[in-house]
Amino acid sequence: MSTVNLIYFSWVRERIGKGEETLELPADVVTIGDLLAHLKTLGAEYESALEHQNVIRAAINQEHVDHGDPIAGAREIALFPPMTGG
Amino acid sequence: MTAPITVRVQRDDFDLAAEVAALTCGRADIGAIVSFSGLCRDEAGALNALELEHYPGMADAEISRICHEAVERFGLQAATAIHRFGRIEPGKNIVLVVTASPHRQAAFDGANFIMDFLKTAAPFWKKEHRADGSAGEWVSAKDADDAARDRWTLES
Repeated sequence: MSTVNLIYFSWVRERIGKGEETLELPADVVTIGDLLAHLKTLGAEYESALEHQNVIRAAINQEHVDHGDPIAGAREIALFPPMTGG
Repeated sequence: MTAPITVRVQRDDFDLAAEVAALTCGRADIGAIVSFSGLCRDEAGALNALELEHYPGMADAEISRICHEAVERFGLQAATAIHRFGRIEPGKNIVLVVTASPHRQAAFDGANFIMDFLKTAAPFWKKEHRADGSAGEWVSAKDADDAARDRWTLES
């Protein structure tokens, strides 16, 4: 088990119903993709937020990462939709 | 001399003239200044305001990284990027980019590059507040913005 702080933005935050939380992750959650799959088992709100898993973007310790990237050493993992600033 | 880079993520408005003046103050080596301002549109009266959500810390870091890359790639003499968050009404400023270089092309290209990457990589999200009071939608990311970013990779 490892403990990680998760932060959500935009409609990911709205659908999950909270902006952040701290979770214990099972040892077999190795990559961002594993994390998304794990979160979807936690309830309907997570399933709704992460339904279109391939559009979800992720950042580890405030840097962009891909779904295949490992989460080892992550203090903070953010999940959010494609960005629409500017 | 290292090109000065100024990045701010703020709720308050900015003053284009003041930012240009700050960037050129005391310098006689700059030959070209390009500025881009992004404003909130009213969408033909349908929009009351945009709500800009951002990821504090990462928003600044990501814009700084983009500006450093632009300075390096185009040989800019200075770059300023300011992005606002919170509620922004039609006609008001959202984003400012100012670039400086000895000749115009680098300043134009640098500002264009910074905006293309800022739109697709800086963690900001826009939500609409609609004039008819209906539930506002989150603005969708545009394929055209990804394409605009990708041309910088294809060209190099």
